[in-house]
Amino acid sequence: MSDQVLTKEDFTSDQEVRWCPGCGDYSILAQTRKVLPQLGIPKENIVFVSGIGCSSRFPYYIDSFGIHGIHGRAPAIASGIKLANPDLKVFIVTGDGDGLSIGGNHLIHLFRRNIDVTVLLFNNRIYGLTKGQYSPTSERGKITKSSPFGSLENPFDPIKMALASGATFVARSVDREPKHLAETIKMAAEHVGTSFVEIYQNCNIFNDGTFESLTDPKIKKDNIVVMEEGKPYIFGKESDRVLAWEDGSFSVNMHDEASSSLVHSLANSNSSVEFALAELTMDEHKPTPIGVFRKINKNTYDGLLTKQVENVKEKLGSGDLEKLLSSGNTWEIK
Amino acid sequence: MENGVITAGLEKYFNPETTEEVKVTEGTHAASYAVGLARVKVISAYPITPQTSIVEKLSEMCASGEIDAEFIKVESEHSAMACVIGSESTGARSFTATSSQGLALMHEELHWAAGARLPVVMVNVNRALGAPWNIWADQSDSLAQRDTGWVQLYAESNQEVLDMVLQAYRLAEEIMLPVMVNMDAFFLSHTTEPVAIPKQHLVDQFLPGYNPKFKMDIKDPRAFGGLATPDRYMELRYNIQKSMEGALDLIPKIADEYDAIIKRHHGGLVEEYLTEDAEYLLVTSGTITGTSRIVVDAFRNKGIKVGLLKMRVFRPFPVKVVQESAGRAKKIAVIDRNISFGQSGIFFNELKSALYNLETRPLINGYVAGLGGRDVTPSTIEKVINHLIAAEKGEDLIWMELNYESDEI
Repeated sequence: MSDQVLTKEDFTSDQEVRWCPGCGDYSILAQTRKVLPQLGIPKENIVFVSGIGCSSRFPYYIDSFGIHGIHGRAPAIASGIKLANPDLKVFIVTGDGDGLSIGGNHLIHLFRRNIDVTVLLFNNRIYGLTKGQYSPTSERGKITKSSPFGSLENPFDPIKMALASGATFVARSVDREPKHLAETIKMAAEHVGTSFVEIYQNCNIFNDGTFESLTDPKIKKDNIVVMEEGKPYIFGKESDRVLAWEDGSFSVNMHDEASSSLVHSLANSNSSVEFALAELTMDEHKPTPIGVFRKINKNTYDGLLTKQVENVKEKLGSGDLEKLLSSGNTWEIK
Repeated sequence: MENGVITAGLEKYFNPETTEEVKVTEGTHAASYAVGLARVKVISAYPITPQTSIVEKLSEMCASGEIDAEFIKVESEHSAMACVIGSESTGARSFTATSSQGLALMHEELHWAAGARLPVVMVNVNRALGAPWNIWADQSDSLAQRDTGWVQLYAESNQEVLDMVLQAYRLAEEIMLPVMVNMDAFFLSHTTEPVAIPKQHLVDQFLPGYNPKFKMDIKDPRAFGGLATPDRYMELRYNIQKSMEGALDLIPKIADEYDAIIKRHHGGLVEEYLTEDAEYLLVTSGTITGTSRIVVDAFRNKGIKVGLLKMRVFRPFPVKVVQESAGRAKKIAVIDRNISFGQSGIFFNELKSALYNLETRPLINGYVAGLGGRDVTPSTIEKVINHLIAAEKGEDLIWMELNYESDEI
């Protein structure tokens, strides 16, 4: 591999991008292409794995290795890739259908194991590829082709799911916030362990405007709180409100320079704060947090596995299959 | 023609006495209307192209109160099949639909539905399996489920889809085995054709309510799905086989009864077209059949005795009927829109095996065509017949119209 500096063009494949005009996926693709050269990883060491859904067309559009896999199974395929070749940087691109519906089981076990891969979950709160049925993140009461009188199901919050299952990096961004999105993807990609980014993504055909309160420039500042390291949770058009930590939950106070409020600190955070921040998402009277909810360092499964194999080899020597087969509970029939 | 009005000339296709209305509808919706007419109580499904519009329509019909059924949308096809296994166990007539990868994901549960003797009816839209991804017509998905204990039926037209679903419930509930109704992706699923919707009271007469001998009933508590030790298991398998064999007699009977009430008949186990004196016999299933009829006519006009055998039933395999019908011909061509890797087309293989015990065996050729939704045109079928006429000995596997042949993997 030469030392040439890569650009986003180097990660742009020759495939025509086939999402609907106006789809939020274009923004995620553009920011990912921008971030990839900054990681300093050779193209041939990068793999994108996807399942099924609009999001899962992603590997076609990145000039790297890619697998358009089976519905919901991207985390399992990616786990195999990473364990077989730990030198690879592995990305999983999935959506609220692929990752939380049919593949929900794989995703939680990926988080639990803390395998060193990065998950980008495009959440548009709808099944887009199959043309507009409600998904596991669709709000209750949503009217879709599969719920003509309103969905009766409670939605998943992917952030809470990732936190609860033990992902070591958990973040959220929005397709319409390109700078924030690029920074978040970069942080996630650089994290060692399972990193998870939920990306709010507008499906302008089947669920247009689902995140409008978070993207409309006139009102978004009242509805989003950006979690920034070392800063209090200030939000509002006039930066006049703040989240205050009281008795284990957040309440909204007027922001007064004199008052002291909790500061976002990933190093000193704890699960109560992380979950309390995540809880704000579903609370219509409180702003939706974007940014990093959790970043902690823990042993990765792939790291531990490599170590375990080395240790055992050191202790017992390289294995001998022939010996193993004739050891333990064996007996001779006479 | 407008929906609901049978205009002059159409009576020969649609009996005004038995038809509520004629809808111009795609294959998926023809299946949905049949499910409504069958008074199904529980529907569970997960979307997959090109099946999705079946359950979308049903979801609409449930929500609007047009049909009195529970619609349960689940998180995968595996769960959809599990869900109808549950609902059938309580004695509720149930339905699901899927395609391709979705059917493959259900595999484990397919065995369970059959083993538990639950008469689930499922529509499968025949679509190719990945990798590489392909959403178009191919029968490899359903044929891969050959040994699961499901009856497998194959439809040629949207009207046949509707009629077949209704007959499938009758059959399933008589033999207590699940039935899969198959239609080709896009050629049927997304193609609109006029379809006669039969009158509800006539359907009710043909298909009475479902009342199983065993069901989950708090007044009559029983355990389900227990362990069967080696001294019991084999007999239970024998029973399934006996019921499958019974289906061979029942399918034509049910088709006749349907004809008596609804006045429409698509054939029993097979449909024979100009087979009586045929020297050359074409064997097809699904939509390739419709195209083949035209080609057979063209050969007949030239004085060449070509006949057509349409396979409507794959499981149980109608060995006797095939022996009688195909055994009369000199040469047989089987066209398969599927392939069993390392062997041949799957219908071909079954047919060849069925003919083995005949005293005089016809020459039989296997042609694989149209995989992954590639068109099988009249010219393709013409080539098949010409090849067959010229053939001097049988060949198991002839690939039709490959764009290129390569030795590379």
